[in-house]
Amino acid sequence: MSTLHTVNKSPFQNQSLISCLGHAKAGDSVLMIEDGVYGAMSGNAMSEVVAGMGANVKLFVLGADVAARGIDAGRVAEGVTSVNYEEFVGMAASCDRVQNWL
Amino acid sequence: MSEENIKKFLYVNRKAPYGTIFAQEALEVVLIGAAFDQDVSLAFLDDGVFQLTKGQDTKESGLKNFSPTFRALGDYEVTKLYVEQESLDERGLTLDDLQDIQWEDEDDDYNEKPSIIVVSRAGMADVMADQDVVLSF
Repeated sequence: MSTLHTVNKSPFQNQSLISCLGHAKAGDSVLMIEDGVYGAMSGNAMSEVVAGMGANVKLFVLGADVAARGIDAGRVAEGVTSVNYEEFVGMAASCDRVQNWL
Repeated sequence: MSEENIKKFLYVNRKAPYGTIFAQEALEVVLIGAAFDQDVSLAFLDDGVFQLTKGQDTKESGLKNFSPTFRALGDYEVTKLYVEQESLDERGLTLDDLQDIQWEDEDDDYNEKPSIIVVSRAGMADVMADQDVVLSF
């Protein structure tokens, strides 16, 4: 029983990522897409918070949205797995439910 | 509708009522969805708790005050409104600041029962993880 959470807003814009991580259960997957990918970067003011709150979940980022924003793949934080669209669909299909944090 | 076709639907409300159309649209979708005889719950967390404040007065602003609609949800068998305690606390709100929303239990002599269920953040996480379908607004 697990949930795939998607987050599509920057953690510098609103609390969606923080609220998501505060409600996700251990073992859930959190996928950062669109402007949500800024939450997956290392070396910014949110990195430690995300790493700490996300310690019990699996963190993913949509590689296409990272590339689109000119973020070097090397800037994606350790512990965050980059996935492609096909893998995104596979994750959505294999979990029990998808919850979008808008 | 047979029991096995009933799914648990959760409508998640995380935005304040008038700044965007999300809150009003969520309520519209809940009312439409109520026609399908599913097991419906609503969740209010983060700024979503502001949707339930009492005394909303939109006369001067010209906006549509949709807050009375929450009190009608019981007539559509939508009787579970989960409200997160931490979200209330963070915003300086208590249960007294929210509308008194009730539903009539036809199986219990039509007694009026409170629809609002205050839960902790961990409790809200449990509610979310217990659903078949989660719709976010």
